[in-house]
Amino acid sequence: MLQIALWKRVIILGLCALGLMLALPNAFYDRVETHNDAVAEIEAQGATPERLAAVENWPEWMPSSLVNLGLDLRGGAHLLAEVHVEDVYADRMDALWPEVRDALRDERDAVGTIRRQDSPPDELRVRISRPEGLARAMEVARDLATPVASFTGIGASDIVVSGEGDELVVSLSPEEKQATDDRTIQQSLEIIRRRVDEVGTREPTIQRQGADRILIQVPGIGSAAELKALIGTTARLTFNPVVGRTSDPDADPGGRNVIYPSMDEEGTYYILEPTPVVTGEELTDAQPAFDQNGRPAVNFRFNPSGARKFGDYTAQNIGSPFAIVLDDEVISAPVIQDHIAGGSGIITGRFSVEESTQLAVLLRAGALPAELTFLEERTVGPELGQDSIDAGQTAALVALFAVLVLIILSYGLFGVFASVALLMNVFLIFGILSAIGATLTLPGIAGIVLTIGMAVDANVLVFERIREELKTAKGPARAIELGYEKALSAIVDANITTFIIAAILFTLGSGPVRGFAVTLGIGILTSVFTAIFVTRLLIVLWFERRRPKRIEV
Amino acid sequence: MRLKLVPANTAWDFFKYARLTFGASVIAMVLSFAIWLAMGLNFGIDFLGGTTIRTESAQSVDVGAYRDAIQALELGDVAISEVFDPTFGPDRNVAQIRIQAQEGEEAITPETIRAVQDALRAIDPEMEFPLVESVGPKVSGELVWTAILAVGASLAAILIYIWLRFEWQFSVGAVVALIHDVLLTIGIFSLFQIRFDLATIAALLTIVGYSINDTVVIFDRLRENLIKYKKKALRDVMNLSVNETLSRTVMTSGTTLVALIALLILGGDVIRGFVFAITWGVVVGTYSSVFVAKNIVLILGTKRDWSKPDAGAGTQFGNVDA
Repeated sequence: MLQIALWKRVIILGLCALGLMLALPNAFYDRVETHNDAVAEIEAQGATPERLAAVENWPEWMPSSLVNLGLDLRGGAHLLAEVHVEDVYADRMDALWPEVRDALRDERDAVGTIRRQDSPPDELRVRISRPEGLARAMEVARDLATPVASFTGIGASDIVVSGEGDELVVSLSPEEKQATDDRTIQQSLEIIRRRVDEVGTREPTIQRQGADRILIQVPGIGSAAELKALIGTTARLTFNPVVGRTSDPDADPGGRNVIYPSMDEEGTYYILEPTPVVTGEELTDAQPAFDQNGRPAVNFRFNPSGARKFGDYTAQNIGSPFAIVLDDEVISAPVIQDHIAGGSGIITGRFSVEESTQLAVLLRAGALPAELTFLEERTVGPELGQDSIDAGQTAALVALFAVLVLIILSYGLFGVFASVALLMNVFLIFGILSAIGATLTLPGIAGIVLTIGMAVDANVLVFERIREELKTAKGPARAIELGYEKALSAIVDANITTFIIAAILFTLGSGPVRGFAVTLGIGILTSVFTAIFVTRLLIVLWFERRRPKRIEV
Repeated sequence: MRLKLVPANTAWDFFKYARLTFGASVIAMVLSFAIWLAMGLNFGIDFLGGTTIRTESAQSVDVGAYRDAIQALELGDVAISEVFDPTFGPDRNVAQIRIQAQEGEEAITPETIRAVQDALRAIDPEMEFPLVESVGPKVSGELVWTAILAVGASLAAILIYIWLRFEWQFSVGAVVALIHDVLLTIGIFSLFQIRFDLATIAALLTIVGYSINDTVVIFDRLRENLIKYKKKALRDVMNLSVNETLSRTVMTSGTTLVALIALLILGGDVIRGFVFAITWGVVVGTYSSVFVAKNIVLILGTKRDWSKPDAGAGTQFGNVDA
């Protein structure tokens, strides 16, 4: 007979009530949003009367999770950046060179004189004057290896040593490269996060994607160009000794020296020693300021070890110039007038106020360990997003209304039951989206509208089946029961196949498409739940009360 | 008084014009394929790389002037099209500008965007740029593979699932019907040169999902009737099954189409291509469930004795009671 155990009824109604509760904050989007912002601000910066008033906007005991709006609905900028992880290999090789050099010098009798050769950036090549000592040189170099510090690379050593004729070749092992890449990405993520946080926008998304990519989404920012300017610069600051000045960019700098253009003076190039005296990593603070002539500048302060190195160098090189280099460009090359102790200084150049402010932000947040290339960028204006929300809302309401009319006309009272289930279905979708913190995108709205149309399917399957069973005149209760029983396998098969599609879309898609997959998938789950459980409960409740002798579906 | 989209107790012979309907489907598939080869698809930047900029202006769109302004920047291939939408008022004129991927660049540089915007603002200083999207060749190349993989994986997954739940003939029938739907959708996108991008792939997969849903419902009934009527000719059992589920098929397609048409008209121009693809797919998918999938099963034949469980018949879910 038509029966549903009490505990099942309680669970079904309880889930519906929970769904409604979770969906409710979205009906008061702005109010709940100000409430949530105020709570976060109080947590971070302490309470003020305005913030406390804003918290009052929404009762504390109510759920306050909202559906996240995707960038296409809220407006903002989206960037996909690729990190040049191999940049770091060159730094590693440069750092290894002194060690290798010292170790080989101790073996001068066996290997003779040594000289570093030009090589691809991820290799260190050393020529030895006695080729017969290569075996010994390799042995010495291998002693410098250390185990890889990562979970996947346990047991492997960090460098690979080989020999070619009279050249010793040292490079990073694949395991070490992977561990280094991981570290590089983590650092880049951290530094991008710090830079974005410095400008203080709401809820940026900064996450790793794949092996060497970072996805950055910042709602509310005016354009991707702005965001790129902020995170695209490496901001690697170094202080290098100056060897000379030239106007020829192709001049031979001699030795391993480097030649960098001047930022301010067109056509001027500086020849610099490659090894910096101090780097931006040793900065503890940087602030926008003005120099004695009132031009924008940046004040900085070194940590103790940086201050000592800087102090020692300036003391020994009074009268000679040194260069302040930012990302392979010389900002300025002042002559050292005096011993600079205390570890603070000022960078002057032809800055605008905005540029000096941004440089200070970049220096405070730290340099990116490697360069970034942007593979993809999207900017959506907030008005367009709002237009999309409005259009989606209207379309969804009209669609809902039309579908309700259609099923009530077709199935009468049972259509009303299905309508209630359909409304419940929409609430449940929003409830689940809010609870799991999913992001609603424009295609996601389309997914909800599509679900509104398709959600009645399970009900229709059951109702049509009940109609058929009624023809064989088994009495209404039996017909309803059989209708549910026999329609179930079709409902299950049909929805599992669609769910498989939603899952594939979710794994392979990104951004808006993923938002669509999420709403489609959740819509399938909730529509099956509402059709099998909610409509059925409604029918049973009605049936128990009325006990009709005959029913019409 | 009930609304009846389909009369009760139909006993239509869906195979009566099988040559015609199935033939029409085959011809439509061949035509779609030919159009696809001949005209190609109007790929969006997701697959080609490049940049699209949306402009909004109070003045009416002068495609020629826009073209001249941008041509001066020598950015290579530039496509400009005006966007129409019933919700736009007379003072809202929208155009879509597509610029090819630039040599040696991944995403477009801020300088290039600024140059394009300045050039266009020379025509209308009040012009707004609410949407700027740029995809580098590296990502677009990967997206092509993702798209092919997604469509392939879903077809394979369905092939396997239907095979496990039914018989291999059913799964071939279902997948042929899906290929039919996908091809016809690609055909219409090619014919009208509608922009084909990642969202279109999502739409294709949704069509696959919808169509398989429809097909499975008919197959499910067919399986049930095959057990019930062991002696009846396969063709008659199929006709019976389609007739029995016809009212459901039409009802579900009806509600889905009603919802989609509302979205097509009112949902704004940004997702119109996406919604159009799904709407078209629902029509084609419904047709293919009734006129394509089961014809394949009929051609292939299927085992008739479903009463004994055997290893090949796959899993049957028990009737779960609520």
